[in-house]
This record gives sequence, C-alpha cells and structure tokens, in this order.
Amino acid sequence: MDRFRMIFQYFQSNSESVMNGICGLLALASVKMYTCFDFSCPCLPRYNMAYGLGIIFVPPIALFLCGLILNRQSLVMLEEWRRPQGHRKKNLAVIRYMCSSIMQRAMVAPVVWIVVTLLDGKCLICAFSSSVDPEKFVGFANASPVQVQQLLAKVPCKDDELMRNNTSRKAVSRYLRCWSQALGWSILLILIVAAFLARWLRPCFNQATLLQARHWSNYIDIEQKIFEETCCEHSRLFAHKCILHFFESMRQEIKLHSFSLSREGEGAEGEEYLLRCITDQDQVNKLLKMWYYEKPPL
Amino acid sequence: MDKFRMIFQFLQSNQESFMNGICGIMALASAQLYSAFDFNCPCLPRYNLAYGLGILLVPPFILFLLGFVLNNNVSMLAEEWRRPRGQRGKDPAVLRYMFCSMAQRAMIAPVVWVSVTLLDGKCITCAFCTSVPVETLGNTSHPGLSQGDMKRVLARIPCKEIYDGQELIANEVAVRYLRCISQALGWCFVLLMTTLAFLVRSLRPCFTQAAFLKSRYWSHYIDIERKLFDETCAEHARSFAKVCIQQFFEGMSTDLAAARCHPPRKAPADAGEAAEKLLGITDQGTMNTALKSWHRCKPPLHLHPPAHHSGNGWAGEQQPPAHPSVPRKETAAYYSRV
Repeated sequence: MDRFRMIFQYFQSNSESVMNGICGLLALASVKMYTCFDFSCPCLPRYNMAYGLGIIFVPPIALFLCGLILNRQSLVMLEEWRRPQGHRKKNLAVIRYMCSSIMQRAMVAPVVWIVVTLLDGKCLICAFSSSVDPEKFVGFANASPVQVQQLLAKVPCKDDELMRNNTSRKAVSRYLRCWSQALGWSILLILIVAAFLARWLRPCFNQATLLQARHWSNYIDIEQKIFEETCCEHSRLFAHKCILHFFESMRQEIKLHSFSLSREGEGAEGEEYLLRCITDQDQVNKLLKMWYYEKPPL
Repeated sequence: MDKFRMIFQFLQSNQESFMNGICGIMALASAQLYSAFDFNCPCLPRYNLAYGLGILLVPPFILFLLGFVLNNNVSMLAEEWRRPRGQRGKDPAVLRYMFCSMAQRAMIAPVVWVSVTLLDGKCITCAFCTSVPVETLGNTSHPGLSQGDMKRVLARIPCKEIYDGQELIANEVAVRYLRCISQALGWCFVLLMTTLAFLVRSLRPCFTQAAFLKSRYWSHYIDIERKLFDETCAEHARSFAKVCIQQFFEGMSTDLAAARCHPPRKAPADAGEAAEKLLGITDQGTMNTALKSWHRCKPPLHLHPPAHHSGNGWAGEQQPPAHPSVPRKETAAYYSRV
C-alpha cells in the first residue's frame, strides 16, 4: 500500500511538473531563439515598421501555438468538451478550469519573447525610427521632409556610411531605446501585478467550486491514462493469444503434412513446444509467409 | 507508521529548503538580470530622472511580487484567511507568521538588485547628472549658459560619445563624483539591511519565543495538512478511475451477452489470470464497440457495489438492479487487475 502511494505520488506530481517543465523549457527556448536570431532592419521607409512589428508579434503567436500543442491536457480538455453527454453529465466549471490552466501555461513563452524584445530595443528602434519628431534632434531639423524620412529610416543601421558617426543618430537611437525599455518593464510590471492579484484573490471567491473543478479535472486526466493503460495491456494479451493460436494452427498443419515427426504429447509447454513443431528453415519460412499473407482473424 | 513519519519529515523539510532554494535562485537571477540588462540612459533633460529612478525602483518591485507569486504558500495563506470558521478556530498569530516569513523571503531579490544598482553607479549617474554642482566642480571662467541649455548639456554627461560640455565641466570629474555618491549610498544601504536582518534575528528570541514556536508549528501543520489532503484526493481519484473502468468493461461484456441471449461467458477454470485480464473482450468487433462506447457514452461517475453486474445500458436494456445476495467481494481485489 505504501509503495502504491509513493508510485502514485510520483505519477501525479509527474504530470504537473512535466507541464511546468515544458512551460519553463519553452520560455528558455524563446530567450535563446531571440539571442540567436540575427535581427537585420531593412532601413527603408515603409519596410521598417512592417519588419519591426512583425518580429515583435509573429514569433509569440507561434510560441503560443507550440505551448498549446505540447500540452497533453489540451487534448483531454477538447475531448471532454466534445464528447456526447451519454450517462455522464458535463461540468462546465471543470472545462473552464482546464482551459484557463492550459492558457496560462501557454502564455508564458510569448510574454517572455515580447518582454525580451522590448528590453533589448532593436525592434522598436527599427519600427518607429521614421515616426520620431525630427525637431527634437539637431542633425535632422534642417533637412527637407523627404530627406528626413530617408535619414530617420536609416537610424537603426549603424554601419551605413551616412550614419556611421552621426551623433543625432545615436541620440534618436537612445531616445527610442529608452521608450522601448520603459514599455518592456511596464508590461512586465502589469503582468506580475495581475498574477499576484490572481493568486491572492482567487481563494476569496468560490474556493469550494475551485477545489471541485481541480479534483475532477485531475480525475479526467488520470482516468484517460488508466484507460489507455488498460487498453494497452488488453491488446498485449490479445496479441499473445492470437499468436499462440496461429502457432497452434501452423503446428497442426505441419503435423498433417509430415508424418515423420514423432507424435509428442499435447501437454508440452513453453519454448520446447513451439520448437518441436517448427525445427528447420523451410518451416520457419513457411510460417513467416503465412503470417504475412494470411494474418489470423481478430 | 515509520514510513509515514519519514514522508512527513521529508515533506516538511522539503518545503522549507525548497523555498530557500527559490529565494537564492531569485537573488542570483536578479544579479544576472542586472548584468544582462543593457542600461541605456536617454541623455535628455527630463527623461534621465524618470529612467534612472525607474530602473532603480521598478524591477525590485517586480521581483518582490514575483517572490510572492512563486511561493506556493500564498494561496494557502489566502485560503486560511478567507475560510469560514466552521469547527476550527482561526489564529491570527499563525497568519501573521506565515505572511512575515513569505515577505522576508521575497525581500531578498529586490535588496540584491538595489544594492547592485547603487554599487554599479550607472543609474544614479543617469538620474542626477543634471543636478551636479557646476560651481564647485566646473570651470568658473566659462560664460554662463541659460538654464535650459545648461540642463541639456549636463544631461549628456552619461553619454560620453555625444557630450559636448567639456569646457563647462569635465566629463570624468562629473562621472566620478556621481559614482562616488552612488557607491556610498549603496554601501550604506547594504549596511542598513544587514543590521536590520541581524536585529530581527537576534531580538526575536528575547520576546514572545513561546508564541513564535507555536505559530511556526501550526503554520507547518496547515501546509502539510493541505498537501496530504491533495495527495489523498488524488489517490482516491486513481482508485475511483480504476474501478469505474473495470465496471465499464464488465458492463460491456454483460450487455453483449444479453444482446446475444445467452448468459455471460465465464472464463474456463484453467485459463488463469490472462483470460480474466481480457475482460471478456475477445474479438475486433467487441473491442471497437467498447472504444466507441467509451467515447459516445462514458459511464456515470457512480460506482455500484461489486456484487451485481448491471450493464451500462449500452444495449438499450434496463436491467433491474439485483439484490446483493452473493457475499460482497473485497474492492481491494480490483487493484491487482490492471
């Protein structure tokens, strides 16, 4: 009983900690992806905004979908949602609980990407360099509007020959980076405050319903796993019996065709029993061919 | 009983050391985050102060809240605080103890961030460069600039490559001055924090030690009780699921037998365990029906006593529940099946 309890604890803690582990791995992968990604701003007037905003928003969507795909519970939840009612009523609170827990875990990696992108600053500089007010910066105040747009679009490219030692470029770059970092820290602050409030305030509302929803969502998960285990075990035994029957029928066929075999008793068991009937290469080949061409019925 | 005690001790020590570990990791992460963060002073008159103080104060606040969010005891504390009284009284001293211990652990990472920031000096240099005393540090012979221009020039002190006020005040002089103040502040802060921690630790046993021991014991108790309850529920769910599935398969084979109008085929006596494990399903059609039925018509969450095999209604026939005239089998027998 104690061993059962210990194995069970491992099993239960396993699925929660597996999901948390996947969530953490995705977050780390997201940071690593950002550092490996070679950001290269096009430095052209209309392309900058599209590229910059694309890099901020498209990978998070992909990471979110990855988070949903890698989470086993999303399939369990979908199945519970779509199954016919049958004899078992559906509890919407359980489905809602599972959905919210899946969403929370899937949101971590996209948020990490967005925050790292904003704290780094390159994306925002690329996207919004053309939108800066040129009056604020000395080097751009005297040029014609078209020229100003072109110059501002080139601000993210340090190595451009026009921009290499331009102090106004550095000023614009710093200005935008400062905004980008402020935005990043603000988003992080808002999310952490929301998470903190959710943690503190949740027990104040409907704690009993929450405990029930959590218990039954866990139950559904465990039931699905045990059903799969039962089916696996059943199919293993089924296959074992099926194959034994096959060998038995092969043995009888061989007996019919070759009377030179000594008549062994029916009571022989185990490996020797199988071997006695099929003892040379031809017989094995015949058996294999039969297995391929005429599988026994289920 | 001994095993139970070992598990108990493991759980108890584990929670404490787990929380201490998280606390240490967050402190290291805070230092690492600061060194990875690319500090970028805007070098514009009004923005500097906002940026510098923002970087000094906002991340510690985030780390403090994160320390609470990552601590599993938060929801336990809130639950204990909000639960109806019922038959168990509530002790505010226990709640206070739990809150204090969580707050103390959550304070470590922010303190590390603030100390590292002040000792490094970039934040204070950025925030207060416009307040440098030019009269004492700068060249007094320089023609006076307007206030606005002066501020604009001084705001560029942290950005060496765009600083153009070398005649007004040397960049290195200003930076060194600001850095010195920042580091002095940093060391004072570290000293203050360690003194506070020392006082809290050493003075507490002088006052209310007995009450403290009591609060600590009962807060651990609440934590362990909650964990054991969760484990028991999970174990119960597993047993429930096993029996439910077992009864589902038995119901299936009863229904099939009823549909074919002969009594359920009992496994021959010498077939042994394997035949029982086959659960009465011995061909493809039956298995397909079982799988379809599992999806279309899950069994109700209601375990009947093991004596009578009522079908789960799949064949459409309602069998009247038989009275348990046979002696009840022990439900423990089910555990060994799968």
